[in-house]
Amino acid sequence: MPKLTIDGIPVEAPEGATVLQAAELAGIEIPRFCYHERLSIAGNCRMCLVEVKPGPPKPAASCALPVCEGMEVFTNSEMARAARKGTIEFMLVNHPLDCPICDQGGECDLQDETVLYGEAASRFREDKHAFADKDLGPLINTRFTRCIHCTRCVRFCDEIAGVPALGMIGRGSSCEIMPWEEGVLQTELAGNLVDVCPVGSLTNRPFAFRARSWELTKTDSIDIMDAMGSSVRIDSRSNEVLRILPRLNDAVNEEWIGDRSRHFIDGLLERRLDTPWARVTRGAALRSVSWEKALEILRERVEALGDAPKVGVIAGDQTDLETLTAAKDLCAALGSPNMDCRQDGARLDASVRAGYLFNATIEGLDQADAILLIGSDPRKEAPVLNARIFRRVRNGQAAVARIGVPTDLTYPVTELGNTPGEALAALRAGTHPFAEVLRSAKHPVIIVGQGALRREDGAAVLNAARDLADALGVVREGWNGFSVLHTAAGRVGGLDLGFVPGKDGLDAGAMVQALGSGSLDVLILLGADEFDTSALANRSTRDALVVYIGSHGDAGAAVADIVLPGSAWTEKTATWVSMEGRVQRTLRAVSAPGAAVEDWVAVARVARALGHALPFSSVEDVRARMAAINPLLGTLWTLTPAPWGAPFGTEGAVSAEPFTPAVPNYYMTCPISRASRTMAACVEALSGTEDERTGTDG
Amino acid sequence: MIETNTAAAGTAPFAFTPENQAEARSILARYPKGREHSAALPLLDLAQRQQGYVDRSAMEAVAGLTGLAPIRILEVATFYTMFRHAPVGEHHFEVCTNISCWLRGSDEVLRALRDELGLDPGGKSDDGKFSVQECECLGACVNAPAVRVGDHYFEDLTYDNTVALIRKLRAGEKVVLGSQTGRVGSANAAGATALAGRAS
Ligand code: SF4
Ligand code: FES
Ligand code: FES
Repeated sequence: MPKLTIDGIPVEAPEGATVLQAAELAGIEIPRFCYHERLSIAGNCRMCLVEVKPGPPKPAASCALPVCEGMEVFTNSEMARAARKGTIEFMLVNHPLDCPICDQGGECDLQDETVLYGEAASRFREDKHAFADKDLGPLINTRFTRCIHCTRCVRFCDEIAGVPALGMIGRGSSCEIMPWEEGVLQTELAGNLVDVCPVGSLTNRPFAFRARSWELTKTDSIDIMDAMGSSVRIDSRSNEVLRILPRLNDAVNEEWIGDRSRHFIDGLLERRLDTPWARVTRGAALRSVSWEKALEILRERVEALGDAPKVGVIAGDQTDLETLTAAKDLCAALGSPNMDCRQDGARLDASVRAGYLFNATIEGLDQADAILLIGSDPRKEAPVLNARIFRRVRNGQAAVARIGVPTDLTYPVTELGNTPGEALAALRAGTHPFAEVLRSAKHPVIIVGQGALRREDGAAVLNAARDLADALGVVREGWNGFSVLHTAAGRVGGLDLGFVPGKDGLDAGAMVQALGSGSLDVLILLGADEFDTSALANRSTRDALVVYIGSHGDAGAAVADIVLPGSAWTEKTATWVSMEGRVQRTLRAVSAPGAAVEDWVAVARVARALGHALPFSSVEDVRARMAAINPLLGTLWTLTPAPWGAPFGTEGAVSAEPFTPAVPNYYMTCPISRASRTMAACVEALSGTEDERTGTDG
Repeated sequence: MIETNTAAAGTAPFAFTPENQAEARSILARYPKGREHSAALPLLDLAQRQQGYVDRSAMEAVAGLTGLAPIRILEVATFYTMFRHAPVGEHHFEVCTNISCWLRGSDEVLRALRDELGLDPGGKSDDGKFSVQECECLGACVNAPAVRVGDHYFEDLTYDNTVALIRKLRAGEKVVLGSQTGRVGSANAAGATALAGRAS
């Protein structure tokens, strides 16, 4: 490890580190524009110039200069400061200096550095070079006159998103950023471009001119729009969520989030349930009522169903653990074994934790060298996770094979076909060469997607995947590569809590059928909308009741008899478990609209109306109960590896029926994202290009 | 400057002719396996020689052959001024206006083009015979000012000899390549002075 001094401070930096990185170790920040920790080094902005001895008598770009033994670096000498001044002056030559009307104002690197190194007046008297804006789709506004040509955006597309969509064309002062195709960026990570752009050249389009950064209240929270549990910051003002940004979390999302996680927010304002609704009698229209009235109607209608009504509960994809705990206790009080957190019918097995976790962990993917995807499309299901896989493949460190629908994952994939039974057997028998790739890998990973599990033979697929993992040594001393990729943020928590049918209980599909046929009396939907609700809409036999608790008027509320308003995840401090098994808590950023309450409170009110008051007086009581059911749920933020060994899934034949995608439309997966106009605009922009994608655009 | 969305509607997509396909294969074969990206420039040149310019459709063809994303081809094709993105005249004047040529009178060359053809940089004559473009240093600074027309250089230009050159080209007459003042190689324009006057 070379030793050097930076501004007189002795530093020992790892071999191959750059002077800029070494300075960071010493706590000295060198200004930079083009350098970005997670992107390759371009060395083109010259903002990081420093004085170095020994060396030529001119400043050197510290971001591209490797440290050497005995180097003396001066980051704040006369020469370094003069160099920065010069750089800033050149950068401002063509910059419009329109900070007062620029959304980046207040959080702009160029603005900050200009305050430090800029001159009060410009010596440039010629005309500024102006550039036309480009259409980069519904999420990004361009203002290319402000571009400083750092090429971070180009490198982000190439190196992180895996879609070489942008380039810097032309030369000299005519350089400009250009997409190959205008209209849309074919990536689920486009929103991050706004974060990597150090100036206001690429800005957040839906957020345009909505607020100044310093007016916003910042709440650190956890993303619930997919199952990764990314760290995010919710920016709000006057009880409205205006923006969501990723927070740094190397173990999970590094510093990226997917476009749905960032841009669903206008859906928080649309189609909201802000008051209870009820049908006084069967078949009557839904009427807006007070809480008292709603619960009274509920009680009356349930009483009319007889002495011991049979109740079932289906939890949705974004249901928090507090709500599930209350609902589980409600079922216990009613003596009902009918509960399920797998509304899509995924044949996940709650009995063995290692059987439903992403055991390899998201960070563990950085070691993965052979990856088998079974019925999973990580690009659509967890785009940020896909970016990690892409990075491994791009660096030539991992090989990926897939059983499932051949979609574009941004990296090359060995296709094993979409005839699951056959493909799994070929790997098991070792007749396909990828079996050997997995076997001889140091850190092999098998990713099982929901597309493989939400089918008749899902349990058999799960079992076959487990069997394969054992046979190929995917689980070994110190490494468990068997990983289930979830799409629902509430799923792992539900399984951890045991929110699955008890003895002789009905699963989600069976409950829906039973309500239709008359063997179930009351079905409570906890934000459950992602299943075929037509059986509920068309139930004709009896006065069976559907109660919907949730935040949005979507498919579930439409078929319900009693609708009770709950909170969206930005409106509550609640607990979720990420697909890796990390127990995390969101922080309430804004309050829920109107008469909406936290969902567990709604469940508790229902319980009381049914004559089974739950013993919770505060959310702390619920959390204590949750930890009593499963002590793991009491340990926040850390990962506890799940023991491997017990069998899960069920032995059986895997059919030849092809896997279907778990997330057919990335932008719309839940009631909130379906209510979002921004998400709708994304869908439209993408469908437009697909129609045109004939001819040479291919 | 090149526009973002593909070539004007109605233009047929670019395709290499059979001979050029063979040529493209031999160009690709010059590079080690896995380094086909390096063939981008010679392939763009080949496409330009076939079509006279490289539009987005030609760039896509080159991208396909080299395995590069089309945007990468757009980047190089717009970086080098020798690549043109729309049809040019039969005699395409690339006039160097960099420092040496400028000091030695490239303004006069441009004036000659304007007077004789009515063309400024970027212009193209109605009969399609001539077009003019400014370009970066041609590497012929020793005989500045210099102009490139097609594959040929014309050097030591003045207003008058530029006019004469244009007239000859228009008439289809034979022209002298290289220096227009008869300078051989890059010999001193003032004649042999080095060592002159020294006793031998
Ligand atoms: S648009 Fe932004 S990120 Fe891209 S080159 Fe310009 S300044 Fe850099
Ligand atoms: S940060 Fe070093 S040149 Fe840009
Ligand atoms: S400056 Fe004109 S050829 Fe070099």
